[in-house]
Amino acid sequence: MRHHLILRVITKLLVGPIMLFALYVQFHGDFSPGGGFQAGVIFAVAFILYGIVFGLHKVQHVFPPWLVHKMMALGALIYAGTGVVSLFLNHTYLDYSALAHHPEHGQHYGIFAVELGVGVTVSAVMVAIYYAFAARPPRLSDEEW
Amino acid sequence: MLIATALSVVQTKRLFAVVMLSGVFSLLSALLFVMLDAVDVAFTEAAVGAGISTVLMLGTLALTSRTERTPTRSSLIPLLVVVVTGAVLVYGTMDMPNFGLADTPANNHIAAEFLKQSPHEIGIPNVVTAILASYRGYDTLGEVVVVFTAGIGVLLLIGQLGRRRRKGKGGKV
Repeated sequence: MRHHLILRVITKLLVGPIMLFALYVQFHGDFSPGGGFQAGVIFAVAFILYGIVFGLHKVQHVFPPWLVHKMMALGALIYAGTGVVSLFLNHTYLDYSALAHHPEHGQHYGIFAVELGVGVTVSAVMVAIYYAFAARPPRLSDEEW
Repeated sequence: MLIATALSVVQTKRLFAVVMLSGVFSLLSALLFVMLDAVDVAFTEAAVGAGISTVLMLGTLALTSRTERTPTRSSLIPLLVVVVTGAVLVYGTMDMPNFGLADTPANNHIAAEFLKQSPHEIGIPNVVTAILASYRGYDTLGEVVVVFTAGIGVLLLIGQLGRRRRKGKGGKV
């Protein structure tokens, strides 16, 4: 992909807005369509696009595999941990009303935290799967497509 | 158009075209979901089906082969299985209520309760998110764990986890 100047420039322009859009979908999921799953995928797409155009090496420099693997587990832990927190606050597991004085606010915080966990896990898993596929030496060269 | 795309997926031998067509199929079904007012589902379908899975399929193609192999066995039994399964599924839809009917179980059972209660109990405008994250919190936790497990599975099968172990600690991938 080294010769495709247009692709490289457009990708550079797009990666930022894609991430911004992912964050919007993530944190605005309470008010509009979207949430952790979609945002995670969109966030991962930014890295995958970068990886496709600029090569696996560069994207792994930005977002190293060990970090991806940690984040996979971290997201699930954030989700489960939110439940444990509400357990410690004398409520049932995953009852977010415990997280603030007013139950509605607690629900807001809880959904926020949970969606964050979902987003982190989904994006990390998607990037990890992409890395796993892309890290193997391809049998087809670019011309064969 | 969905059916036309599906048929051309079956017909085409070049797998690159097949992958692209399945992306088109996902995008079209996302449009269908939008028309049914299921915006969240459409969003997911467009992002996952048309976006990520197309890329992953292309990655798989790069690792394997570009054209379909001609089948060695006769396709009669698979055809029979598909036809029978399809007939059973169509027969199953006979019992379903008409689309958009007000007195279906889906509209009467608990959905109305959710729609009525969630502004007071959760206080966020998007009822889908309220149900997904709060009322059905356990289910979503399970889904996240499923995604996590899928990631671990892929990593163990073809990923870098195993390779690093074989190379020892110094083997940086």
